[in-house]
Formats: sequence, C-alpha cells, structure tokens
Amino acid sequence: MSLVLVALFAPVVVAAVAAVTGWRRAVGYATVAAALVILACGAALAAQTASTARIYAGGLLRVDGLTVTMLIVIGAVAAIAAAASIGYLDAEFAAGHTTVRRAHAYAVLLPAFVAAMTLAVLANNLGVMWVAIEATTIATAFLVGHHPSRAALEATWKYVVICSVGIALAFLGTVVLNFGGRHAGISAGQSLRLDSLVGHAGQLDPAVTHLAAGLLLLGYGAKVGLVPFHTWLADAHSQAPAPVSALMSGVLLPVAFCALLRVKTVADAALGNGFFRNGLLTVGLLTVAVAAFMLVVQTDVKRMLAYSSMENMGLLALAAAAGTRLAIAALLLHVLAHGLGKAVLFLAAGQLQMAHGSTAIADIGAVIGRSKLLAVALGVGLAVLLGMPPFAMFASELSMARGLAGAHLAWSLAVALALLVIAFAALVRNGARLLLGTPAGDPPAIVIPATTVAALVAGVCACLLLGITAGPLAGVFHAAADVLGAVR
Amino acid sequence: MSNSSVLDLSAGAFLLAAVLIVWRRQLTAIVRLLAWQGVALTVLVFAEAARGHDAALLGVGFAVFGLRALLLPWLLARAADGPERRESEPLVNTTASLLVTAVLVVVAYAVSRPLVAVDPTPAIQAVPAAFAVVLIAVFIMVSRRRAVSQAVGFLLLDNGIAATAFLITAGVPLVVELGASLDVLFAVLVLGVLTGRMRRVFGGTDLDQLRELRG
Repeated sequence: MSLVLVALFAPVVVAAVAAVTGWRRAVGYATVAAALVILACGAALAAQTASTARIYAGGLLRVDGLTVTMLIVIGAVAAIAAAASIGYLDAEFAAGHTTVRRAHAYAVLLPAFVAAMTLAVLANNLGVMWVAIEATTIATAFLVGHHPSRAALEATWKYVVICSVGIALAFLGTVVLNFGGRHAGISAGQSLRLDSLVGHAGQLDPAVTHLAAGLLLLGYGAKVGLVPFHTWLADAHSQAPAPVSALMSGVLLPVAFCALLRVKTVADAALGNGFFRNGLLTVGLLTVAVAAFMLVVQTDVKRMLAYSSMENMGLLALAAAAGTRLAIAALLLHVLAHGLGKAVLFLAAGQLQMAHGSTAIADIGAVIGRSKLLAVALGVGLAVLLGMPPFAMFASELSMARGLAGAHLAWSLAVALALLVIAFAALVRNGARLLLGTPAGDPPAIVIPATTVAALVAGVCACLLLGITAGPLAGVFHAAADVLGAVR
Repeated sequence: MSNSSVLDLSAGAFLLAAVLIVWRRQLTAIVRLLAWQGVALTVLVFAEAARGHDAALLGVGFAVFGLRALLLPWLLARAADGPERRESEPLVNTTASLLVTAVLVVVAYAVSRPLVAVDPTPAIQAVPAAFAVVLIAVFIMVSRRRAVSQAVGFLLLDNGIAATAFLITAGVPLVVELGASLDVLFAVLVLGVLTGRMRRVFGGTDLDQLRELRG
C-alpha cells in the first residue's frame, strides 16, 4: 500500500511545488526524481507480484502484473523525458521561443500528466480509471500547444476535441456497464470495481454488456489512436515538444490501451471471447494498414515516428485479440520496448528539429557525419522499431506472431505481416535518408544540451539492457496474463 | 403532478433544448438554450432524488444546477464573446439538420432497447431521450464550423451522458461523479482558452482555417 501511495503522490508533490515556484532547473530534476521513484516502486512491486490482484483503498486501487509493468514503463520513459525537458526549456528560452508563463505551465503540467497516468494504471474502479485518462487529455492539451505557432494550435484543438469526444463515449460505456453491474446484483458503489464485475460476469446482461463494451472500445480506442478516431495522433505528436511527444507516444498510448485490456477482461468473462476479439481484430488491422500506408508517403520525421506508434498500437490490438498467455506477455514486452525506443527517437528528432528549424526529412540528412550521439540514438531507435535482434521487439513481435498463430488467427497474421513489410521498407528508406542522405545546402551544427545527452545515453542503454535480459520480467508478464484472463 | 410525469416532462424538455440548438444559429441564443437544458437536467435529478428519497442525490442536484445551468454556460458565453456571433454558413442547412436530428432520435430508441428491456421503469424509459441528445451532440460537432459551436456540441454531449447516468442508476458513485464534473469543467476551460488563442492567431474562430497539418 505504502509503495502505491508513494508512486501516486511523488509526481503530485512535484506538480504542487512547481505551481508555486514556476520553472526552475531544480523543478526539472525533481520531476526526474519523481519518475525514478515510480520506476523503483514498480520494480519493488514486481518482486512481490502474484497471479491475483491486490486491492487497496476500499476497492479504488489495485496492483497486479499489468499495473507493475505499466509503472515500470511510465517511470523509465518519464525519467528520460523529464531529463530532456530541462535541456529543451533551456534551449527554448535561449532562442526566445518560450515565456516564463508558458514554462511555468510546462513545469506543472509535466508531473501532473505523469501522475494522471500513474493513477490510470493503478485504478481498480472503471470510473476512477476514466477520470484519470480524461485528466491526461487536459494535462497534455497545453503541453502539446506549448509552441506558440498556428500549427501547434491547430494540433491542440484537434487533439482536445477528438480525444474528449472519444473519452465521453467511453464514459457513456462506463455508465451503461455500471447499470449492467447493478442489475447483476452488485451493490451500489461497488458496481464499477473490476474485481466485482469480473466476479459477477455470469449475471451481466449480454445485450447491455455488448452496448457498453462497444462504446468503451470506440472511446478508449480514440485515445490509443486506433481507427476511426486516429486523425489527431500524427498532428499532436508532430507539434508537441519532443519530450512530450516521447511521453505521449511511449507511455500515454499504451496506458489508454491498458484501459482496453481491463474492459476486455470484463467483456470476455461476460460474453465469451468472441465479441471483443473481433472488435480488436478489425480496428487493429485497419490501424496497422492506415499507419503502414501513411508511413510510405511520409516526408516529416516526427510524423513518421507518430505513424509508427500508430502501427505499434495496432499490433498491440492484434496481440490482445489473440489473448493467449504468450501473446499477452509479448504485448507487455512490446509496450516496454516500444516506449523506450520511441522515446529515444523522439528526443533525437527534437534535437534535429532544434538545429534545422524543420522536421522535413529532406532538410535534414547526413546525421552520421555530424553528431555521433544522435546517429547512435537514431540507429538504435530505428533498429528497435524494425524488430532487429538483440532488441526486445524482435522477441515480442515473434511471440506475437506465434500467439496469433496459436489462437487460430493465421489469416490476420498473414495480413499483418504483409503490412509490416511495407512499414519496414518505409522506415528503412527514411532512416537511411536521415542518417546518410545529403542535406540541402550547408547543414547547421548540432548542439545537444547536457541533460538531453544524459537522457539519450540512458535511453539507448535501457533499450540494450531490455533486449539482452528481459528474463526477470517474465514472471510479471505471466502474472499479468493470468489476471487478464488469458487462455492457457 | 406525479413523479413519473415530472420525469417525462424534464426528459422531454431536455431533448427539446438539444433540437432547438440544432435549429438556432445565434451563438448567444444557443448558450441560453444550453443553460435551460441544464435546468431540465436539474429537475430530472430532483425527480429521481424524490423517487428514491435520496438526500445525497438532492445535494448532487444542486451541484448539477450550479455547474450545468450557471457555470458552464457562463464560461461558454465568455468564450463566444467575439466579433462573430453567428454560426457562419453551416456545412448542413437547417432543414436538413432537423431531418437528421429526427433520424438520430429514432436511432437512439433502437440503440437503447437493451437497457429498457432489462428494467422497464419510468426512469429507464426516458433513457432514449438522453441517448438522442448524445447523438445530436456528435452531429453538431461534425457539422459546425465555429470553434465555439464545437464546444457547445461537447457540452451537449456531456449533458446527454450525465442524464443517462442519472436515469439508469441514479448516478455513478460520488467519487466518479465529482471527478467527471471536474474533468468537464477543465475541458471547457481549455477549449475556452484555445478559442481565445485562435482568435488572436487566426483573427477568427472558423475551423476551416485549421488545414495546415495533413498527411
């Protein structure tokens, strides 16, 4: 219990302090520390994880394998992003791109954003989970719109409107599920608890649960960036400051996906695993398809990374649809590997944007000859995304494929593989142009702030470490699969 | 007047306000209608509280009145307070919009059938009206071009969902209700600030200006 509260309140305290003091470098370091505290709590809880969930705070909070994995992802990526934020804001001040007021908002909203995500993964009550996920939208609105440009404003508006509508549909689904829970004989105040809903799944009215599950899939799907509400994703990720993009892509999307996994557990217990599986398969394949074709025509490095995140979220949906123990374990490893790799890539892209004043791939180029660190970071990040050994995505994608085959979904595996080949080719081509291509005109020098250097080095090391030794996490992943009701 | 007829009347007024919002183009009139819808929602909550002799729900009713009939419309009126007070040429004309609204109401009745089937009390029988408001709200959000109109659509959507919540289970647990209300309040504040920024940067709030980012 105490570990849970520490993880929850560490970022809240930093946000409160930042609200009083405004932006200081010390606040930036405190945010890094809060993220490391979350990571440490996640690691400590991992050592005690059992295959059943532990419930705290009168049923509002829970700890299980999924929670622990997500705490580790949140802590690791937030630490990297918070460290890079210090360098980012320093550079923005030096260039005159930000004001004291905007930096103040950034300093408060970044830890608040992390706190909301932590609450979302710790929630045992579907209502609390909803409140936390909506809070992430509010906290990130002004982080996405930090840069005072027309494009950033446009991206922020689309992001807030589309995600709020999606999340509102999810609330409607939550309300309908609450109704179903009450009529399944769960007492008032308990009817949104995950454990009660799963326990009373047999009594849930099927028609009502269908309606609720459909609304929840559409609603949270919007926040994950799944078709049909995916249009905000590339805009928001390309316009947000690089550390914020790293957090949104690496952590926020999977946190929203966790909400879908929780809903799936309830829906599968009540309806059998056909309904939600078909929903996830459909949106998952469509998402991967849209992302793969957008990757092919992409000429902007940050939008390319955003569509790659979308592709990976589609893969998570497919793995969740397979739903075997192997597939769920692969899904969680994939989340971890993608989060770290994408964070490194977004931070590197942010440095390139700062040096060139542009994110068009044609304007950048020959990174390999100009900055060894950025070249290594981009190389490692791309290798992670492409699923190259020794990085963890190699193992996770192979296991996902085996999971899909094992769940008798070979046809969707075939379609997904064809789309992945397209995405692979597009990423390789654009990656080669970034690293080796000839830049237009005289390329500017690349200066990387010290904290960003530290963040990039830590990120690259974490990617390698995870690839070489993900073994200790296997127990946590399998515990998560048990809690999520995976088929053995 | 019996309790269930108060409930039916307030649910009807609630839906009517949404339909009138589709019909009107004047932003100030729309904001006023939204406030009236908040009042209808309050009456609905009071009727539910009276039926269940629920003192806590009575308190929630007062909070609903303060938030949805006073505070949120006021915030919206402030955001709408600019040079352009009318919805410029909408994407769908008024007649067509009203026809679409009629279709959406029918769809709402079809979609909410499973709920009514499980528990056909007077409150649940009013749920299709709340679902209809949700669908109408989504339609407003996709068919209007002013930033403030989209914010109106969002509030309408939220009212519809709140009404559903009160009708089908006399509200979700209090923690969730509080959190949800706070989230909505913040979301509207964010939309208000963004509208102000848009007016400064673009010189207007026509969403057709938002076409820099594509692909």
